[in-house]
Amino acid sequence: MSEAKNVLRLEHITMQFGGVVAVDDLSMEINEGEIVALIGPNGAGKTTAFNAITGVYEPTNGQVYFLGEPVVRNHPQGKMKKQYKGAEAEKYVHETVLNPTPDKLTALGMARTFQNIRLWRTQTVFDNVLIAKHMLRTSNVFSATFRVNRAEEKRQRAEVLELLKIVGLEDVKDELATSLPYGKQRRLEIARALATNPKLLMLDEPAAGMNPQETDELTAFIGRIRSEFGVTILLIEHHMDLVMDISDRIYVIDFGKLIAHGTPEQIQNDQRVIDAYLGVEDDA
Amino acid sequence: MQGLLPYLINGVSVGGQYALIAIGYTLVYGILRLINFAHGDVFMVAGLIMVYSSATMPIYLSIPLVLVLTVILGFTIERAAYKPLRTAPRMSVMISAIGVSYLIQNLAFYFTGGLPQPVTNPIPWISDNVTLFGESTKRVTLVTPFLTVALVFALVYLINNTKIGMGMRAVSKDFETAQLMGIRINSVISMTFVIGSFLAAVGAMLYFTNYPSVAITSGGMPGLKAFVAAVFGGIGSIPGAVVGAFLIGISEELIKGLGYSTFSDAFTFALLIVVLCVKPTGLFGEKVTDKV
Amino acid sequence: MKKTNRETIITAAVLLVVLIGAFALDAALPSYHIAIKVVKKACVYSLVAVSMNLLNGFTGLFSLGQAGFMLLGAYSYAVLCIPVAKRAGVYQYFDGGLVQFSLPEIFSGVLGGTVGPVVGMLCALLVGGLIAALCAYLIGLPVLRLKSDYLAIATLGFAEILRAFFQWNALGPLTNGSNLLKNYPDLGGAAAYVILVGLFIAVILLLVNSTYGRAFMAIRDDEVAAEAMGINLAHHKRLAFIISSFFAGIGGGMLAMYMGTVQALSFKSAMTYEILLIVVMGGIGSITGSVLTSFLYIASLEWLLRGLDSGTFLGISSPIFKNGFRMAIVSVIIMVVVLFFRKGIMGDRELPDLFRKKAKKEEVSGNE
Repeated sequence: MSEAKNVLRLEHITMQFGGVVAVDDLSMEINEGEIVALIGPNGAGKTTAFNAITGVYEPTNGQVYFLGEPVVRNHPQGKMKKQYKGAEAEKYVHETVLNPTPDKLTALGMARTFQNIRLWRTQTVFDNVLIAKHMLRTSNVFSATFRVNRAEEKRQRAEVLELLKIVGLEDVKDELATSLPYGKQRRLEIARALATNPKLLMLDEPAAGMNPQETDELTAFIGRIRSEFGVTILLIEHHMDLVMDISDRIYVIDFGKLIAHGTPEQIQNDQRVIDAYLGVEDDA
Repeated sequence: MQGLLPYLINGVSVGGQYALIAIGYTLVYGILRLINFAHGDVFMVAGLIMVYSSATMPIYLSIPLVLVLTVILGFTIERAAYKPLRTAPRMSVMISAIGVSYLIQNLAFYFTGGLPQPVTNPIPWISDNVTLFGESTKRVTLVTPFLTVALVFALVYLINNTKIGMGMRAVSKDFETAQLMGIRINSVISMTFVIGSFLAAVGAMLYFTNYPSVAITSGGMPGLKAFVAAVFGGIGSIPGAVVGAFLIGISEELIKGLGYSTFSDAFTFALLIVVLCVKPTGLFGEKVTDKV
Repeated sequence: MKKTNRETIITAAVLLVVLIGAFALDAALPSYHIAIKVVKKACVYSLVAVSMNLLNGFTGLFSLGQAGFMLLGAYSYAVLCIPVAKRAGVYQYFDGGLVQFSLPEIFSGVLGGTVGPVVGMLCALLVGGLIAALCAYLIGLPVLRLKSDYLAIATLGFAEILRAFFQWNALGPLTNGSNLLKNYPDLGGAAAYVILVGLFIAVILLLVNSTYGRAFMAIRDDEVAAEAMGINLAHHKRLAFIISSFFAGIGGGMLAMYMGTVQALSFKSAMTYEILLIVVMGGIGSITGSVLTSFLYIASLEWLLRGLDSGTFLGISSPIFKNGFRMAIVSVIIMVVVLFFRKGIMGDRELPDLFRKKAKKEEVSGNE
């Protein structure tokens, strides 16, 4: 696989809290246009990995490449030098530490949703999406206050309306975001992430709390997004139906460690994955 | 150095008084995550009650009366102004605390007519003058640190060895879980306010022995400084509050001794800002992380 | 956006009536009349309350440094506007002080005696605002990283530090130490205050409804989500803090010109609390609410409820109506609002929302 087609690449990402290694030496890559799923049992470290990629946490060790450029990099420091239990402790010691805040990564083209929906609750559906466009402004606080940016504002509003049409939320655009039914809130969160014009869309358990019918709709919706917006998608999920239906490739982690990766068929037949999900007989 | 000695002794004494107030802040913060802005005013009211009661009744009645009335005040404030907001955002509770502070000051203004109330009958014995290292001072200066330390030990014993103390520890670790485990949150919280107000009342009796009068704004500054002490020591930690209070009391008096009285207050707040920026958890505080 | 309809017209009409009313007051009453004083003071409080609301209400940063920034504005205005001839008298303990010019006089030399002083005073106000903004920038670097209540106490501490500095004798040639600054000019009557404050609040309104205002509200609603959507938290929080402090500085300058004298002693944390409670009563997140409550609060305290302090109120005489009763009543009302009407009188609605047709009313519920 050539370097240029990599959208996201993780190298030896390790996330250790005190003595607990939540993500252990995770390496993976996602290529342009793919839908890749990161799965694993509860508490396997999926969301932690997500947070380490998106800048919410600073990984203890390892490196993240985005569009071929290193964007996050760290090595064990301070107290962690002694406590560190992960792999490759020495690899990045001589490189500069990269620890951007989440907004910097979003500006580069990574956008995410949250496991527990985090919409701006006092804002309307329309404004929730419009606020995400704030990042793309060219105005400063003066030109925005005195409405010098009128053209940009108008264009952004038109784009938001267009986006809401595509995701099917146009009819509820003036309602409060939090008054929407659950499934639509999920959809709105995805629309909000799309408003930042991302290259990589990261979905954290998009089907959590959905019934089978809503899950089916969501599966179709995610597929449509990929084709219409040309984004690459990384998702964390529990719903196996959804994952097996839409993923091109799947990474499975358990206790923070990568235990398998491959196509949906390969994963379905992988003994270690089955053990991880169902438990091994003699584990007492 | 000889010239600074009286300031140092004074500092230890003021530090002890701050410590008694600071414990009230730190206990409440530990449990409710609330800066009880009204605590300094409770302290002031205790001072006023002492002035009024000691003028009209003998000492063995007035001291218990001050303690009881202050405790009732603290308890009432919690029940009336904080309990209804138990599920509200933290900001609402803090605003309520500021409102209570405003209310107490205005009520005190009404009842005192806005005039500082002179301390006419200070508590005997502790207000007597004694000579120490060739300097004349009131006996309260010497008594305060010992009384403070004794009360702190009693409090630590209470928290570590009684049922209600165990409840307090549990609630400060995890509010919701403690509730699920059948701890009666409301009585634990009330107890916290009772203890805090009791110590504030003791602090007020000691503090105002050294001052000619109690004004309605007398509570503000000591209150804020005691709060700074609590933050400095690591809010939520009792030893932290005590150590912080002594350090602040001593530094403040030394700054006065060096001739920069204008800045003794400013120093305390500068210290606060520095501590918050460098080590927000204070000297003995525990680190709390937010979950995404 | 383009709803030039009923509620906009009514809102404009209401504002026009207020302006005409202010001019009428100026024309009909002497400048020392209580009604004019109430309008002027309420205008100043409105501006300060709105500036606090921008930070605490719209951006969700619980700051209690307002009195400190007002102090900066007030001193800047006073120091820059005392006529040169009167400086020797004001700074009697400091050899006439360090500053030996007066902006209104300089400008009247250039622009003539009618326009010049006004321009000079406005410049002094702006300078005060800019100094407050600069201070906010500096203090914001470390302090804004702190979470809710720590931020509150740090900003409160900052205001107290400023107050101590301004009372320091070594700065006396500039600040007159702990003595009063006085003898500087006032801008004019009620109408001048209404227009000036109206303009400043209009700017804040424009800001709140711009893309930056929406970003501020996103930070208030959910910081983590805001950051994930590409909003730089540090930058935007600092921006809100600086802008709020700028207007607080201007408000402080206007308070100085209204009061006629300035003393660092009066800019205590109690002043911040008072303004915070006005914001809460009006509704956190409603500019209209802050303005309305400022007027109600000042009018009640300075005028309508005076009787409660002086023995006779609404024709009833009672011995309980003595000094301080008015404030006691007001603070009880405040507590009732804080505890039982947490949205304040306006919630997060604005003036035009009041005139909107009832059918759309369900939109405004939801802020808890």
